[in-house]
Amino acid sequence: MKRITTPLNPEIIQELKAGERVSLSGIIYTARDAAHKRLVEAYLAGEELPINLEDQIIYYVGPCPAKPGRVIGSAGPTTSGRMDPYTPLLIRELGLKGMIGKGSRSQEVIEAIKEKGAVYFLAIGGAGALLAQRIKKAQVVAYEDLGPEAIYQLEVEDFPLIVGIDCYGKNAYLEGKVQYRLHT
Amino acid sequence: MKEIHVSQIANTVERLCIEACTILSEDWWQAMDKAIAQEESPLGREILELLKENARLAASTSEAICQDTGIAVVFLEIGQDVRITGGSLYEAINEGVCRGYTRGYLRKSVVKDPLIRQNTGDNTPAIIHTEIVPGSNLKITVAPKGIGSENTSGLKMLKPADGKEGIIRYVLEVVEQAGPNPCPPIIVGIGLGGNFEKAALLAKKALLRPLGQRHLAPHIAELEEELLQKINATGIGPQGLGGRITALDVHIETYPTHIGGLPVAVNIQCHAARHAEALL
Repeated sequence: MKRITTPLNPEIIQELKAGERVSLSGIIYTARDAAHKRLVEAYLAGEELPINLEDQIIYYVGPCPAKPGRVIGSAGPTTSGRMDPYTPLLIRELGLKGMIGKGSRSQEVIEAIKEKGAVYFLAIGGAGALLAQRIKKAQVVAYEDLGPEAIYQLEVEDFPLIVGIDCYGKNAYLEGKVQYRLHT
Repeated sequence: MKEIHVSQIANTVERLCIEACTILSEDWWQAMDKAIAQEESPLGREILELLKENARLAASTSEAICQDTGIAVVFLEIGQDVRITGGSLYEAINEGVCRGYTRGYLRKSVVKDPLIRQNTGDNTPAIIHTEIVPGSNLKITVAPKGIGSENTSGLKMLKPADGKEGIIRYVLEVVEQAGPNPCPPIIVGIGLGGNFEKAALLAKKALLRPLGQRHLAPHIAELEEELLQKINATGIGPQGLGGRITALDVHIETYPTHIGGLPVAVNIQCHAARHAEALL
């Protein structure tokens, strides 16, 4: 398994191939529906953003609250497609380089990924208890009022991922499905 | 006439919310073992093993299986010889949901208004379905439902001439459209017949049936088998990354319908088939 660290640089990204397993360590940021809406509205209004996304990774997750003595509650990926209306702007204008989620992406997102050399990672959906163990630090850095939808800065260690869509636009879902399909 | 105090109901709902979100039932483990034995994709098998490991960890640490601990769907079967005392039944249920989600460190995922979208902060209100049945028991089922799978569900008012083929075509269309999004292996709940809202409720109820159990009517059981086989031929596989196991099971519930209609509702359930029951 390939080990990579954040922030992502073009050399790392260009080496990643759809379907490949990687292990990620470093700082990532959480954001889901409401945080995406606010980030994009703030950008369009010309306001300063609460986080710098240049070369960063966003993890689409709204974690469970941390129990006493634990870093974070269950923290698996949410469906990425709901962020599709906002993602091309984040990639093109804000320098976002990586996304972690689950599920399909729109053609517009795939175009932005190819154009800017970004990458879409998959985490195992519904394995939130297991994934939470790889999160070593968690701290709210913006939009605290959104509760589970606040932006957290996470420090992850050996976070297990699969390359979903690589910077060349190759899609792990399509290749897997074709291989096991029994009818057309 | 049996009297049941609302405090007992609130306490039970609190316990069931936590239990449902952290412990999967015996039939789930059996269905997963069967799926692992049948899965041909090495990655698919590995994913299924990981999901079992996740469920084991969740149960042993009382951590949520999935961070989307859902909107709490509560089914009540109220015996007609039961009298609820001490206050409002629905308030007691919401009190139980509030306490369960707060004390269980479960995520609060409910917004008060669909457009204003402010979080209610305690995962209330629950969605409550009430049925009056003979007897003097109160059966409470808590089934937290995540939105990843719920968002991929669908309902279609088919016509009688569409028949069995039309049903199969529509179910496959919903499953194909859902693809990797609802966290396969999925469970497909189908409501057949009734009318618009009855079909949807039947589809939700179909998800509560233990995995591996067939409908009692042979022609419906046969349709469940045929659909399961066709869904698992799509190649979507565990997590949508390709494989033989797209669905763990297909359950159909039916109801008499109008001479001019054939409503079909398809409620997709992610692999975390969460529900917990209690009898008071």
